[in-house]
Amino acid sequence: MTAGSDLRHLFRLYAQQFRTTFASMVQYRASLVIWMISQVLEPLIYLIVWSTVSIGSGGNVGGYTAQGFAAYYLVFMVVNQFTYTWIMWEYEYRVRQGYLSFALLRPVHPIHSDISDNLSSKLITLPIILVVAGIMALIFKPTAAMTLWAGLVFIPALILAFLVRFLVEWTLALAAFWTTRVNAINQVYFVLMLFLAGQIAPLSLFPVWIQTIANILPFRWMLGFPVELLLGKLTSIQALEGLTAQIAWMIVSLVLVRVVWRAGVKVYSAVGG
Amino acid sequence: MTEPVIHLQELCKIYRVQEREPGMRAAMRSLFQRKMKDIKAVDGLSFDLARGEMVGFLGPNGAGKTTTLKMLSGLLHPTGGEVKVLGSIPWKRERDYLRQITLVMGQRSQLVWDIPAADSFELNRVIYRLPTADYQSTLKELTDLLDLGPLLKKPVRNLSLGERMKCEIAAALLHRPQVVFLDEPTIGLDVTMQRRIRSFISEYNQRYGATILLTSHYMADVEALSKRVIVIHHGRLLFDGDLAKLVQKFTAHKTIVVQLADCSADLHSYGEVIHCEEGRWTLRVPKDRTARITERLLADLPIIDLLVEDPPIEEVIDQVFTQESA
Repeated sequence: MTAGSDLRHLFRLYAQQFRTTFASMVQYRASLVIWMISQVLEPLIYLIVWSTVSIGSGGNVGGYTAQGFAAYYLVFMVVNQFTYTWIMWEYEYRVRQGYLSFALLRPVHPIHSDISDNLSSKLITLPIILVVAGIMALIFKPTAAMTLWAGLVFIPALILAFLVRFLVEWTLALAAFWTTRVNAINQVYFVLMLFLAGQIAPLSLFPVWIQTIANILPFRWMLGFPVELLLGKLTSIQALEGLTAQIAWMIVSLVLVRVVWRAGVKVYSAVGG
Repeated sequence: MTEPVIHLQELCKIYRVQEREPGMRAAMRSLFQRKMKDIKAVDGLSFDLARGEMVGFLGPNGAGKTTTLKMLSGLLHPTGGEVKVLGSIPWKRERDYLRQITLVMGQRSQLVWDIPAADSFELNRVIYRLPTADYQSTLKELTDLLDLGPLLKKPVRNLSLGERMKCEIAAALLHRPQVVFLDEPTIGLDVTMQRRIRSFISEYNQRYGATILLTSHYMADVEALSKRVIVIHHGRLLFDGDLAKLVQKFTAHKTIVVQLADCSADLHSYGEVIHCEEGRWTLRVPKDRTARITERLLADLPIIDLLVEDPPIEEVIDQVFTQESA
């Protein structure tokens, strides 16, 4: 097989997975709605809390006005929607139920079906989130100092954020090869995410030492960075540094995925699924 | 002589499992010191399968059948010995190899639960890079043979177990694998459905000349499908050969069924009476004395009908295993 025909094959695979994912998703319209509510509720709560704090402390907290927080969390909601995965909740089930065995016996790497499934579900849900964000914008009247260059750099930053987050979370999901207690690992991960990705508050509100940690770890690059970028909070140097950090983390996580996947499959084929 | 399609030589699989006594104290101790125990699931297994052969793979629960099938398909890495299928080493899971084989597990499902099987089939078409024309014709054949027509458009979760199994098998065969591993394909199905799947497997074997290795708990499956059986126990080979020979080798008895007017006579002097129902007596007699006893029965009694049978294959297998562990 040539590289070209491999690529064409992957493209066809992704297109077909889109049809499958779409068919699955419309089967469960109610759960789709419940899930949408949860995706909106969390940033909405942070938004309301921080706006109130901001108004209460003279209209400004760490450079964010009430409208500034509105902008931050609305963009945050969209970026989170674009980058999030659910793979960590699924892998243990796959290992236990033997789905992984079937995946291993197919002549294509199992990560492809996860990437394409994830992208497909995003294609379907993203328009809905954008509409919700639009309605919320009418209510909360966000303001931000957006610039054209930041808007353009935002696009690669968003794609890199997705890739880094996907690869990191896919690697973590592989913990299921070693333990049946993946939930404990997931909990730790989400607590770190909460503080270091700019979720509970924009990172600039944290002490410098926490910001330093956040710059080293991948969480900010998966979520907070594109948000800050689009809202015009970063200088062009900071934007470049951010993109570099994202690329570095993407390379690291690509290596991690390969190494951990090989080791995991080795364990799996030693003990049997 | 051509090279065998499946070749096993002294194949071994040892699982290393943690061993722990019950109770709190043992639990505490195991926190610091883990006692490991080796379990030999497959212990020096050798056999070959030629192209187009259809072989029944038998053994009690835990004999190592599934472990062997998993090593053959490439899911498990052997601990020792040699395994080759179609000239490839399965655990490397090379794409060209995976495109030529399939594994059906009766207790597992590869179909996507929430959508119709037809959608899962389409996904397999792309995954296996099947040319549309080939795919269409295979799908049509499978649909006809398995009577899938009305099932394909229903979400898989709405199918009965038997209907789902038919779709599972079709999904696993869309790429027309040359080597098919079937692990309990008829488990939990009713007799009609079992028969249906059985005749399909046989048809697939003949039509495509595929090599098939099949495990089953149902002796009817094995009797109907395979002339050759491989019996394993504790991971070791017990028997490899004709099903008929297995019966010969491991049974010292035959069953004689005699129809009399009623059950009032006493036939204990002829052999071991298993039971009598409405004058239909079932006797068990030593194999080498069958002819003589039959003669005596015919001479002594007003017999309406007489039948000499081999014991049911379940009983034979049962005997094989009890002899082995004795």
